[in-house]
Amino acid sequence: MYRYSQFDRAFVRSRAAQFRAQVARRLDGSLTEDEFKPLRLMNGLYLQLHAYMLRVAIPYGTLSADQMRQLAMIAERWDKGYGHFTTRQNIQFNWPKLADVPDILDALADVEMHAIQTSGNTIRNVTADPFAGAAADEVADPRPVAELIRQWSTDHPEFQFLPRKFKLAVTGSPEDRAVTAAHDIGLRLVQQGGDLGARVLVGGGLGRTPMIGKVLRDFVPLADLLPYLEAIVAIYNLLGRRDNKYKARIKITVHEHGLEEIRDLVEAEFPARKALFNGIDQQMLAAITAQFAPPAFDPEAEGNFRAWYHADPAFRAFVDTNTAPHRAPGYTILTVSLKAPGETPGDATADQMRVLADLAERYGHGELRISHEQNVILPHVPRRHLRAIHAALSDAGLASANVGLVSDIIACPGMDYCSLATARSIPVAQQIATRFEELKLEHDIGPLKIKISGCINACGHHHVGHIGILGLDRAGVENYQITLGGDGGPDAVIGERAGPGFAYDEIVDAVERLVHAYLAHRDGPSEAFLDTYRRLGAAPFKAALHPEDKGRANAA
Amino acid sequence: MLTANDLLLGDAVWLAPDGSWTRQMSDALLIEDPGSADLHLLDAEARGHEVVGPYLADAHPGAQGPEPSHFREAFRGRGPSNRPHGKQEIA
Repeated sequence: MYRYSQFDRAFVRSRAAQFRAQVARRLDGSLTEDEFKPLRLMNGLYLQLHAYMLRVAIPYGTLSADQMRQLAMIAERWDKGYGHFTTRQNIQFNWPKLADVPDILDALADVEMHAIQTSGNTIRNVTADPFAGAAADEVADPRPVAELIRQWSTDHPEFQFLPRKFKLAVTGSPEDRAVTAAHDIGLRLVQQGGDLGARVLVGGGLGRTPMIGKVLRDFVPLADLLPYLEAIVAIYNLLGRRDNKYKARIKITVHEHGLEEIRDLVEAEFPARKALFNGIDQQMLAAITAQFAPPAFDPEAEGNFRAWYHADPAFRAFVDTNTAPHRAPGYTILTVSLKAPGETPGDATADQMRVLADLAERYGHGELRISHEQNVILPHVPRRHLRAIHAALSDAGLASANVGLVSDIIACPGMDYCSLATARSIPVAQQIATRFEELKLEHDIGPLKIKISGCINACGHHHVGHIGILGLDRAGVENYQITLGGDGGPDAVIGERAGPGFAYDEIVDAVERLVHAYLAHRDGPSEAFLDTYRRLGAAPFKAALHPEDKGRANAA
Repeated sequence: MLTANDLLLGDAVWLAPDGSWTRQMSDALLIEDPGSADLHLLDAEARGHEVVGPYLADAHPGAQGPEPSHFREAFRGRGPSNRPHGKQEIA
């Protein structure tokens, strides 16, 4: 893992001290809210429906055991005993008091964390594949590049007042577990002729106008990456629309100017940017990369795993569903589901955080990851420890064997917390998960990604859900629109709207009808929901959603 | 109703008939005419040392006091639906 340098430490400490003084000036009346608001947002402090909300960055989703323990301490001491992991690999605290926030920022700084650039029209937390450094299918660990980008983008003087927020994601695997195509810039690390570089996608994003990122350049060698990124953001900074908030993201800039023009402008800007870097970034990257050296893998990692696997069906189901292939023999990547049916997707109590920290320390080389799907990952687990981990997770209510299944739902906080929301997300997720648990169909249904957003901003990634649900306010009533066939993988697809929406008390039944339609039409258990949808199109699913339309058609 | 969030806690508050801020929507002042609503809003905007983000929310009289017209305001008066926090905690 990356360790803060003296510079990093001093920078984060000074920002926390500045904010302490800013809060004091707000409280003594020296600063108005209009003056204070941009300052609090620069430190991740939002005002939501019921309270302030502090959004803390978890760079590229990587946490140490100590950091996780500190998050637990913060949740207990200054909040209500839990935190919410988000689709951008951040953690949010929903109940901080304004006067306590400087103390929270100090406590974060104690473990090399902060809330800088988790808001505002800046480059936000850089996200990455949560299996980084562990996945068997990885070309290269994306985290050194992500860390380099974090250092470059933090407090970058040219990019503190962009037309709108700017999000980067990096993956080192062809599987793309970071939804890179839904980011302002998506980077996919690839090898070309023995050199490591990145395929650069630009102009992806969900929200009001969902778009899939387009390839700006097939291969940018790592030595050119930062100046190339700087050229892109510089061009966007000048061209991006500042007259209309809803057209200010780079996806609209690319759409309005065309990919060719943007590419020409970036290529024209690049040489001057390249000249400014003079190789110092490569020295930094080399030093950062060394810090991400893999742990000393246990040569006896396999142990008795096989025997336990065959002896215990519950353990076997958990392993089959929640683990992924690791690069090292005898190791596995374990995803711990924060989606126990009936619970709030992405929430973890302080006790659960401590359990996860302890397990990571005891069995997993001290590392944890947060995924954009709001789960926690133990990236380096010797398989001989899986049984002990499973037992400990069971005691903590964290052993749901549902990763990638129907109850592993992404949901934004929605109108239970968020001031932007138009409808609730969390209770819909809770009810859908509970419904399918009662039906005992989850494992039969197989891979199915349901994603729920409580407003058009699409924090719940509904556009790339196999089943996407968007909560809207229709004439003063919560109404839920369904999209079908979205995909957040390497060949990302935006889902298609499936007719009129449903009321709050209709949406769970509608999703159940959808799933039954899939089960009725699928070509055997090996054909997943998305494959059936692609084979048959939307018609049978729309008919299941809106049986009354069929009746009308027959009557006509 | 005129509503805002408390500066220190972030908690939702409403303007009460005596000009103070109340944490209970049922104790809020129901403002009947648009002219005085605008004046109340101007006054609230000058009270930034007490509250953040004041705005007017549609309401109608109810049995226990003013009731919100929109479900968003009902949530602000109650708290989140997934945990027993916020106003429902003290109710």
